[in-house]
Amino acid sequence: MIGLGLPRGFVVTLKNFIRPPVTEQYPDRHVGLLGAAKEAGMNPFQFLVKKPADSLKAIAGLATVPVAVKQSPRFRGNEFTYFEDRCTACASCAKYCPLGIIEIVSVPGKIDAQEGESYKLEVFDIDIGRCMFCGLCVEACPYDALHMGTNFERSKYVRDELVITKEELFDAPKRPSAFYRPQFEEKGFDPFKETIEDFHDAGRHEQKTYDELKKKWVDER
Amino acid sequence: MAIKTQPVTVNLGPQHPSTHGVFRMRVMFDGEEIVDVEPIFGYLHRGSEKLAEERTYTQIITLTDRMDYVSSMLNNQGYILAVEKLAGIEPSPRGVWLRMIASELQRIASHLVATGFLLQDLGALGTPLIYAMRERENILDLFEMLCGARITNSYLRPGGVFMDAPDEFWPALDRGLDDIVNTIDELETYLSGNEIVFSRTKGTAVLPPELLINASITGPMLRASGVDWDLRHRAPYDYYDKISFERILHTASDNYARYWVRVQEARESVKIIKQCIEQIEPGEVRPSFDEVPRLIRPPAGDAYAAIEGSKGELGFYLVSDGSIAPYRMHVRASSLINLTLLREMLIGGQFGDLFVTFGSVDLNMGEVDR
Ligand code: SF4
Ligand code: SF4
Repeated sequence: MIGLGLPRGFVVTLKNFIRPPVTEQYPDRHVGLLGAAKEAGMNPFQFLVKKPADSLKAIAGLATVPVAVKQSPRFRGNEFTYFEDRCTACASCAKYCPLGIIEIVSVPGKIDAQEGESYKLEVFDIDIGRCMFCGLCVEACPYDALHMGTNFERSKYVRDELVITKEELFDAPKRPSAFYRPQFEEKGFDPFKETIEDFHDAGRHEQKTYDELKKKWVDER
Repeated sequence: MAIKTQPVTVNLGPQHPSTHGVFRMRVMFDGEEIVDVEPIFGYLHRGSEKLAEERTYTQIITLTDRMDYVSSMLNNQGYILAVEKLAGIEPSPRGVWLRMIASELQRIASHLVATGFLLQDLGALGTPLIYAMRERENILDLFEMLCGARITNSYLRPGGVFMDAPDEFWPALDRGLDDIVNTIDELETYLSGNEIVFSRTKGTAVLPPELLINASITGPMLRASGVDWDLRHRAPYDYYDKISFERILHTASDNYARYWVRVQEARESVKIIKQCIEQIEPGEVRPSFDEVPRLIRPPAGDAYAAIEGSKGELGFYLVSDGSIAPYRMHVRASSLINLTLLREMLIGGQFGDLFVTFGSVDLNMGEVDR
């Protein structure tokens, strides 16, 4: 109907005008007195009495609280989680990376009577400055040693600082993402609250049983 | 009294907010009327097709994400279909259903963006664009649940998808679909009856269907002129033959028809996703690595696979020489081909309609230049 279109349109805009905002303020969100008191875990009166300076700031509209951005556990992000004890320096990750930004240098390591010969990893660098977080390196790792991280804040002033070294990976908080690691989803691991420090807790996503391995490597040969 | 005017040439873009990226036009005006248009592109050329020649078949998925960056899932799907055809891979059923859901969601997102930006170009500053973007954001949240990324998904793999959807995905999807329908209703009450939209878009940039067919234009632009051509129906790929959906057609072939077809197609996509949810069965999402290894070595030969992308027929042509990387990859980029009629659409029109017409083509510079 000609003539009704515009008023109907204004009804829609009016409805949207009064609905709660969906925008997330990042990194901080401005709060009033009520919000600041809630953040401090007291009721507004307590807050007024105990922290007069902060309350004045909140009333003036200057108080901010950090925002927790809602992320999925599969988020493919920064700070790869890496378990050195599991890594065999096979360099599958380096070969699989479309950009070739993983650098691996390995040297012959110790010879163990039980486990045979092993390689020692000397360099394991990921040039995060060029990484596009596709996750193919994680998908390629046959021993579940490398996981995507869930962090996304890693701004630096110098490009060279963006290269993650083995030591840095070793010390970084281990908050692996559930990307290509269904075992984390099965046990309900929440990377935004907990960390996994020991590789034994990380689980394997497709661990073959002894019989399967025997069939593949002994019987079929 | 006739005013004596003189044609002037104006350079539009590449850094112009209304050119949907980095597109440049040299336009000649006579007063308000457009006399000549020369499109110039290539500012976003990244050589994806050449780069593909030195990457393995799995690594190329990350390149296809970056071609049409508002519909990466659809690009993934087109490419994966070509690889499957080339290497003779039999996909896993659950993986196929999941990638159909993902690509239909992506189609909705892409049509929403197209609608929002068309209205933005029309002068509805912000409001409809924000409504459309708000809904797209929910779809991107669903993608983040599925694959961990919002724009550059790389979700599909030869033979299916890399991981099954998490448990919380299905209720979120149901809620999301309701929201999408609400938003489309809202957009339609807001715009489809709006007199300003009518007067600005009806009867502008009309193209005859014969011309569209001759220029091999596909997608919503073609369907807005009444030609019933949808690859999901004409040459069903994946499991589209198990799905029933209406083909959206409009006969006016003007800017309004193109807008209308996109909005209605988004509605149809919601129905398609609902049918997919009903038919999906538990199972593996991709063949095991014994069947489809990580490093695919297809036999020498070539394959072309095309899907109905959000902008038209999106085809991938792969030539293999039997090694781990393709010998040549060519993309039939629908945006680029839809752009070929720009001159016919614009010449003789008014200056004010330039960006509306341009927006109604729904092109994406990432795909035009690759
Ligand atoms: S996420 Fe992708 S780009 Fe980054 S290191 Fe891994 S494979 Fe390379
Ligand atoms: S693929 Fe895994 S095990 Fe092999 S070198 Fe990389 S991180 Fe280590």
